[in-house]
Amino acid sequence: MDDLDASSPEVMRTFYRRLYPFKSIFNWLNHQPVPTRLFTHREFSFTLPQDVYLRYNSFNTVEDLKKQVCLLAPTRFEIGPVYTARPKDKKTVRPGAFKPLQRELVFDIDMTDYDSIRTCCKDAAICKRCWGFIAAAVRVLDTSIRDQFGYQHLLWVYSGRRGIHLWISDKEALSLTDEQRRALVNWMMAVQPGKGKEVGKVIARSGTKPLPPCLQFALSELAEVFSDIILNDQDCFGSEEGYDALLHLIPDSKVAENLREKWSTGPYRTSEDKWSDLKNQIKKYPKGTSQRPILTSAMEDIILLYTYPRLDAEVSKHRNHLLKAPFCVHPKTGRVCVPVDPSLIDDFDPEMVPTVGQLLRELDAAGSQNENGMEHHSDWESTSLKPYVDIITKHAQSLMEDVRRGKRETDTTTW
Amino acid sequence: MFKGSHKPAFSNDASLQVENHGTAQYPFRLNFYDKPPLYDVTIEDLEICALDRLRILAEIESSAARNRSWEETKSFTMAQCSKYLPLNANSARTDLHSERRKDHLGHFVLRLAFCRSEDLRRRFIKAESTLFRIRFETDDGQERRQFLSSREFRWTAVDNAEKEKYKAELKANYQGFRNEDDKERAFAQENYYKVRWTRVPDLVEKRKVFLKGGWAYVPSRDQSSIAYQEFEDQLGNALQMTAKALPRLDEDNRLLPILNNLSQGFVAGVSSDWVAPSSEGNEDQVRAEMVDELAQKHFPLCMRNLHQNLKKDHHLKHFERLTYGLFLKVLGLSVEEAIIFWRKSFVGSHVKDDKFNKEYKYNIRHSYGLEGRRANYPAKSCQQLLMAESSSYGCPYRNFSPENLQSALLSAYSSQGLTSSDLPEIMQTVSARHYHVACTRVFETTHAKSGVKRGEGVGAGESVTHPNQYATKSMEMEKQRKDSMDVKAEMEMEVDL
Ligand SMILES: [Zn+2]
Repeated sequence: MDDLDASSPEVMRTFYRRLYPFKSIFNWLNHQPVPTRLFTHREFSFTLPQDVYLRYNSFNTVEDLKKQVCLLAPTRFEIGPVYTARPKDKKTVRPGAFKPLQRELVFDIDMTDYDSIRTCCKDAAICKRCWGFIAAAVRVLDTSIRDQFGYQHLLWVYSGRRGIHLWISDKEALSLTDEQRRALVNWMMAVQPGKGKEVGKVIARSGTKPLPPCLQFALSELAEVFSDIILNDQDCFGSEEGYDALLHLIPDSKVAENLREKWSTGPYRTSEDKWSDLKNQIKKYPKGTSQRPILTSAMEDIILLYTYPRLDAEVSKHRNHLLKAPFCVHPKTGRVCVPVDPSLIDDFDPEMVPTVGQLLRELDAAGSQNENGMEHHSDWESTSLKPYVDIITKHAQSLMEDVRRGKRETDTTTW
Repeated sequence: MFKGSHKPAFSNDASLQVENHGTAQYPFRLNFYDKPPLYDVTIEDLEICALDRLRILAEIESSAARNRSWEETKSFTMAQCSKYLPLNANSARTDLHSERRKDHLGHFVLRLAFCRSEDLRRRFIKAESTLFRIRFETDDGQERRQFLSSREFRWTAVDNAEKEKYKAELKANYQGFRNEDDKERAFAQENYYKVRWTRVPDLVEKRKVFLKGGWAYVPSRDQSSIAYQEFEDQLGNALQMTAKALPRLDEDNRLLPILNNLSQGFVAGVSSDWVAPSSEGNEDQVRAEMVDELAQKHFPLCMRNLHQNLKKDHHLKHFERLTYGLFLKVLGLSVEEAIIFWRKSFVGSHVKDDKFNKEYKYNIRHSYGLEGRRANYPAKSCQQLLMAESSSYGCPYRNFSPENLQSALLSAYSSQGLTSSDLPEIMQTVSARHYHVACTRVFETTHAKSGVKRGEGVGAGESVTHPNQYATKSMEMEKQRKDSMDVKAEMEMEVDL
């Protein structure tokens, strides 16, 4: 029985006071040891119990932020953009003079968008197996952003229940306009998730033309994921409902009918069997016939549809979108929204993420071992939160190192 | 190549010498307008240049509103241009200097007129960039190349080694070639330029370029995208600067009325005292989806009535539409939002999208002064509504039967605090034909919770004389009340749960 309930303000207050890594969060947002506009003009919003929602808070120092957070003990807090003026002064500046200027480029991937595909869990549930979808998405997005857009300061953060956030802090990324953000998101978006039980559709291909080059790269990567997750682990086409969805994606009624006939009347065929049945059907069309490329394109689309990252585009498109801060506690699961190392994403198990209750018990145990121990702000050292704090600390250090180096070189690059 | 010191190889022909002089200041037909006009002009000259340019920009906006195709937009705009703002290539035998001077001057006068609000700036940039684009596309190929080389676009030519390195990726963007040989040949002939991807968001959005490390590899045929983006960005920055500098400029008191007039002509229809509060910041603008709630909370009975009928029937007759449309316009609904609002309101009626686009959209734009004789139509006042004598769009206090009026009042305002015990007094003033007093009394009663006392009317004892006055006052009072509350539950964002 977990007596330390994440919805209790007392539990949250202790968590914020003793465990929340404010210093690292500050360094990560501010890029420098002394507060700049990146921090002082930044919006923080607080969600209090009973859904009371406080917007447009801003702070001069991280100590002020900590004080306020400990005082209010919000169920969570969010980080918004850097404005032209301090958000707390919003009412005193001319409305036209209060505008979002900068903001980390953020992405949100959520299991909700995979509900029409996954077979292991339903609704709010998530397990190690369906995390495979998220892991595949993280790999593709992380590689694409680094390789294509050249950004290096990517922080992946588990959202506390069934999704993951990405925060990109490169200087150029911070300053992107909404228009540029939209362009980048549309470059990345290849798949439009369907509503309800519909699988969705591939939006990146125009007509029957080849896929754009950036997706051809992703495709070769995802073909493997498709085989592992969709065909084997999730057995997505095992059930009638599952293979029905597949058959609807085949733009050749003859092929679809043949397969339906075989699968509905014959002995059970696994997803892997069915996928090779489809391949064999396509091979019946000789190379050079017009049906052949149409059907191979359709197979590519199916792979993308089932494995390509499904993004919540609206989150990324606007500078003034608020996103839950890392290390907040999910009020329902009690799990901390911890940073995740993308190179170890496959080993990440959402069910192994520490909960606030667990952490406070660890703290108690450590406290009784060494009385008058360390200062409050580094209490997390003695808990299982440590490896996660280390990730953001290291991340923030490399950002700060970049800024230091940039200052020395007075930035010779021009674009 | 050409670095601004373009010297055309002219003959000794005397007439061409004049042109040579003319093009020295404006070597190209295309202009990025980096340099302000630094010469004396008469007020008349200035006004003509600006007004003529305004016609072109209005045509461009109108094209967008009518969903004209790019080719249509181009041909309509070109036709207007040849009438009001001809701008010829260097090869033409016209007075190039005067043409280009007019183009230059008009642009800068309109900058002054349109820098003053976010909305105006946005529309001005959109229309001006479209004009630039049309001219760019219709420019003589060689002159365009010279123009492009005359500017520092900060693009880096991709050398052969790099081109070879990314050959597969670059070639993958070639589509529509029959065979590999044609494709290979086209690729060999193509030159690539590298720019940060942020400078060509449109190409990125359509996945028309190869991206590596944040650099976009732009083929020369897509160079125009860089120029368009540059034009937009520069104009955006310049307008911001002008807006900042404007209050400090020693404004010629002959210039100011002209500027006001110009921007109003563009906004057309929205009176200037309304524009001032509503155009600042996006939050205060009335958007289509807000109308329903505003109607519940802030509209006088006449407009409530029209709104209810529209919701019930998904349609309003011509004069009802006109009356309600003008009211909404003055309330702060932009023309774009008005189109959205009416289109949504007509969903479920016999009016199909096609018909809506053809007829209703025109009428809406007309009432905003964007079509026809472009008049600034004001919203109907109480005086006009009282004379209308129609129960559907006139003053309900006058035209409704007593029974209908009472039930209309209760159904409209009981949620705002009006009870049947308030009715006798209201009906008494109605029967004495003091309709505006009745309306004012309703305002007082329904705004008692905001502190309005009996006899205060819509402020300082004033009674209702205009539906917009009623609504505006009501909205202002709500805003004040809201602003004074510190804890607000604003739910304008999604959060991950
Ligand atoms: Zn699962």
